[in-house]
Amino acid sequence: MKSKLQQSLEAGKFTITSEMAPPKGTDFSHILSIAEDIKDRVVAANVTDFQSAAVKASSLSMCIELERIGLESVLQMTGRDRNRIAIQGELLSAAHFGVKNLLALTGDHPVVGDNPQAKPVFEFDSVSILQAAVILNGGKDLAGNPLEGTPNFFLGASVTPVFDPIEVQIMKMRSKIAAGAKFFQTQGVYDVETMRELKKQTEGMDCYILAGIIPLKSPGMARYMNNNVPGIRVPEEAIERLSKAENKEEEGIRISGEYIAQLKDEGLCDGVHIMAIGAEENVPKILDVAGL
Amino acid sequence: MIVSQKKPFEEVLGYLDDVETVVLTGCADCASLCKTGGEDEIAELTAALEAEGKKVLASKVLTTSCSLLLNRKELKEIKDEIKAADAVISMACGDGVQTVAKNVKKATYPSNDTMFVGETVRQGVFQEMCKTCGECVLGRTAAICPITRCGKSLLNGACGGSKDGKCEVIPENECAWIEIYEKLKEVGKEAELEAVQPLRDYKDRTYPQTIDLRKQAKKGA
Repeated sequence: MKSKLQQSLEAGKFTITSEMAPPKGTDFSHILSIAEDIKDRVVAANVTDFQSAAVKASSLSMCIELERIGLESVLQMTGRDRNRIAIQGELLSAAHFGVKNLLALTGDHPVVGDNPQAKPVFEFDSVSILQAAVILNGGKDLAGNPLEGTPNFFLGASVTPVFDPIEVQIMKMRSKIAAGAKFFQTQGVYDVETMRELKKQTEGMDCYILAGIIPLKSPGMARYMNNNVPGIRVPEEAIERLSKAENKEEEGIRISGEYIAQLKDEGLCDGVHIMAIGAEENVPKILDVAGL
Repeated sequence: MIVSQKKPFEEVLGYLDDVETVVLTGCADCASLCKTGGEDEIAELTAALEAEGKKVLASKVLTTSCSLLLNRKELKEIKDEIKAADAVISMACGDGVQTVAKNVKKATYPSNDTMFVGETVRQGVFQEMCKTCGECVLGRTAAICPITRCGKSLLNGACGGSKDGKCEVIPENECAWIEIYEKLKEVGKEAELEAVQPLRDYKDRTYPQTIDLRKQAKKGA
């Protein structure tokens, strides 16, 4: 059976997903209580795979928990920590536990993470992970050995719309589509023009695009991201709005909500992917502002 | 060239607790070019060791430390000193150290760390250029190696981690995939980058490997 995410996108609905990070530790209670609160507002939750190369509980463990409480999950899989044996094994395990969506990523390098001493793997990049998933979906492993029970993943990947030269990202999108990607989520975007440009660049491509939304909590956070996070460009107007606001977090929620509404009105994407980074409880508030 | 770097002297000294007399061997190839195993470095290490009370019985810059037969011949010239010494210190790359060790019946220690296969950009500046991956892709990447020059060794183009054209892993480096794109664009071949690359086969890259040209020739004939 198709995943809810796939069904929603194929039905042409404005589709909302949210990102959830597994805890650093063994206590899942906080993030799972948030999951309960948002599960009726999003189609699926996308679970990070040792995000920013930091040690945490695994994406699969959290996906299993989400599936258990009835929130559809998207397994993120990077090439940083696993060779092809581990990647295939993790995907088969995920399918067994009911995970139907996969987001393939290259992954941040360990040096940017919290265990920088780690040996990076990168046997596969995002494109090769997609290739692997397609082959597994076909009932065989990468060496051609038959599988007992076959997964049926709906495949996605990421794109960074603020990139110079943008052609490099667009070409990689084409590679990802050729390798099996059906949906894309973008790096956090903040201005409508970026998404207009992406829509133009991706015209005719056979894929769905979810705009990445990272709610701002303060002007400092916005400036930090502008200076340090690749592919993030927060416009000055947004930073100014935050500076003037009494309650910065509420203003950040309003900015995100209004932006989502605008993207939807202009038909610039097939949905949004909200990455609230430690403030997932704000997702329903953002959607309230967006009228979704 | 195989680029090496001097180990901290304390580390070298750490091998020599029970050693009073040593022989030093340098290398006229790569290690001389990267200032880790030439005449100057031998003089420098000799002085440092003697300041610590060690005696250097002989030293010699070998023509090519990684040639087993050539070493054997050249080491004969200092065979008495080697016989008398407690240990040999090879000031070459890791390959040179192992080759020298095979030719002397003495404990052999390295004075260098072997860093990479690289290029002399200008005097004293070396850059890593080749990962010796055994499956060269330069023919389709505008002669810029993504296995080496991309910090993640990606095969299918840039990740999203580059900022202002620089690499996420070592920010002073250029993003190799942007460089490849720009260079291919000059000749109108950038669209080739969209091709999905076949998965690499690592089963032929087990190690240690041996290449025997005579056996290969026989097989071919």
